[in-house]
Amino acid sequence: MDFKTLLFFFLATILIVAALRVITARNPVHAVLFLILAFFSAAGIWLLLEAEFLAMVLVMVYIGAVMVLFLFVVMMLDLDFDQLRQGFWRYLPLGALVGFVIVLEMGAVLAHRIFQESIVVPMPEESNTRLLGMLLSTDFVYPFELAAVLLLVAIVAAVALTHRGGKGSSGALVIDPADQIRVEAKDRLRIVKMPITREDATNEQSGEKKP
Amino acid sequence: MEEMIAQFGNQWFGAAWPSLWLVIWTLIKIIAIVAPLLLSVAYLTYAERKVLGYMHSRLGPNRVGPWGLVQPIADGLKLLLKEIICPSWANRRLYFIAPTLAFAPALAVWAVVPFSDALVLANIDASLLYVLAIGSMSVYGVVLAGWASNSKYAFLGSMRAAAQIVSYEIAMGFALVAVLMVSGSLNLTEIVHMQQKGWFAERGLSFLSWNWLPLLPLFVVYFISGVAETNRAPFDVAEGESEIVAGFHIDYSGMAFAIFFLAEYTEMILVAVLTSLIFLGGWDAPFAGLPDSAWWLIGKACLMLFFFLWFRASFPRYRYDHIMRLGWKVFIPLTVVWIFVVGIWMLTPWNIWK
Repeated sequence: MDFKTLLFFFLATILIVAALRVITARNPVHAVLFLILAFFSAAGIWLLLEAEFLAMVLVMVYIGAVMVLFLFVVMMLDLDFDQLRQGFWRYLPLGALVGFVIVLEMGAVLAHRIFQESIVVPMPEESNTRLLGMLLSTDFVYPFELAAVLLLVAIVAAVALTHRGGKGSSGALVIDPADQIRVEAKDRLRIVKMPITREDATNEQSGEKKP
Repeated sequence: MEEMIAQFGNQWFGAAWPSLWLVIWTLIKIIAIVAPLLLSVAYLTYAERKVLGYMHSRLGPNRVGPWGLVQPIADGLKLLLKEIICPSWANRRLYFIAPTLAFAPALAVWAVVPFSDALVLANIDASLLYVLAIGSMSVYGVVLAGWASNSKYAFLGSMRAAAQIVSYEIAMGFALVAVLMVSGSLNLTEIVHMQQKGWFAERGLSFLSWNWLPLLPLFVVYFISGVAETNRAPFDVAEGESEIVAGFHIDYSGMAFAIFFLAEYTEMILVAVLTSLIFLGGWDAPFAGLPDSAWWLIGKACLMLFFFLWFRASFPRYRYDHIMRLGWKVFIPLTVVWIFVVGIWMLTPWNIWK
């Protein structure tokens, strides 16, 4: 067994354990961290396959940006674990069925590959980052731009959904300083004249005052 | 010498020796990078206190050793000997993993940083991508530290840090897009080589051929984003003493705190070195006739580090929403516009990057 195979099994073991812990960890923050570990190990395996661009982008996009926001949200959630686990046995049959179908489908794809002769694509000499760039800007330029436009639409939609209108980014929270200066005492404070009332003995003891 | 080692190794380990020797040799190289790095981190703290001192008309540290030169060693010893306290109800495991997660990426990036033509640990094709990818992981240390300490102040600090680092990473990435457009490569060594060519370089004024001049707005954006990424003043709201005590590392003491400190200063040096490599020509000498060497890179990095300290002495801390506005509404549009300008420039007959 050479070093590369050893490394593969090392990374694969971590990947599987981390992926299992994602769904078994009690604490959601731990689950997110295990998901990050799983991504990182997957990036390592991609590096072993000499797909360095994909590996780097996986780390940069998923670990560096997406999972940070995930962690951000999960950390601020106040989750009730018992409530989350309540429906577990009721939903288990349906979940198991869906899982079984997925495993079957993936198995079918893999089995199809096993019966065929294994396809070994020789790695090109040139850096595959450059080759990917060439392909994306020649043969696949329209799908690539379509994907970009789709993302742009998603960004615009997200902004439109959270935009509260008005001046500034946070709408109602923005106060015009000119309005603050123009304010007068009578706008803020109202003095109410009240007749004096006598306090009875019981209230005096507790120290409370009745208006 | 080399033959002796090879002979000795073959005798004791047989066929496994070449691969074993590769591992040992790589480890030696790693130590050769990390040891001077940590030493410069120690003396960067000294330089910071001295520079801030002189800028405030004070003397700075001057008690321990001649001119206070042993001060960083004394500080390090003090931190090593202090007790490490873990707050009750803190998440113990994450609490102690967090400093490691902050420090490890800061060190891992150095694997691809070239110091001169041949002086690089791993000359990989996509080294700029690697720098971005590993650099983006440093946020986890800060975020987890804040969450695991089970303190409101620490949590607020880590939330601020996370939002800030994620926002400024975008501006930083966009600034680098234009750099790799003009260099045509993701390799840091190639990026430096591209800067050694040009109209000015042929006439002996190489420093005008470096990327900083044609990409001036991006140079400024990249460096300021670097300052924001490392949570340094004036962008240090993550540890704003006046509002949230000390931010994410408020509960850390002793060496656990020191590791956050080391991570911050290692990243400062990293940003300075990367700025010098990408925009200031790396190890290229500023005038023809002078020899290219790693000392130029170190000199340029020191200049950029001085800017870090100068900023800290000069600018008051930004308000949090101003930081976000600067990142999203100023830097990102600016970089996008300049990417278009560079793209159009490269298609005109006046293209200077051929």
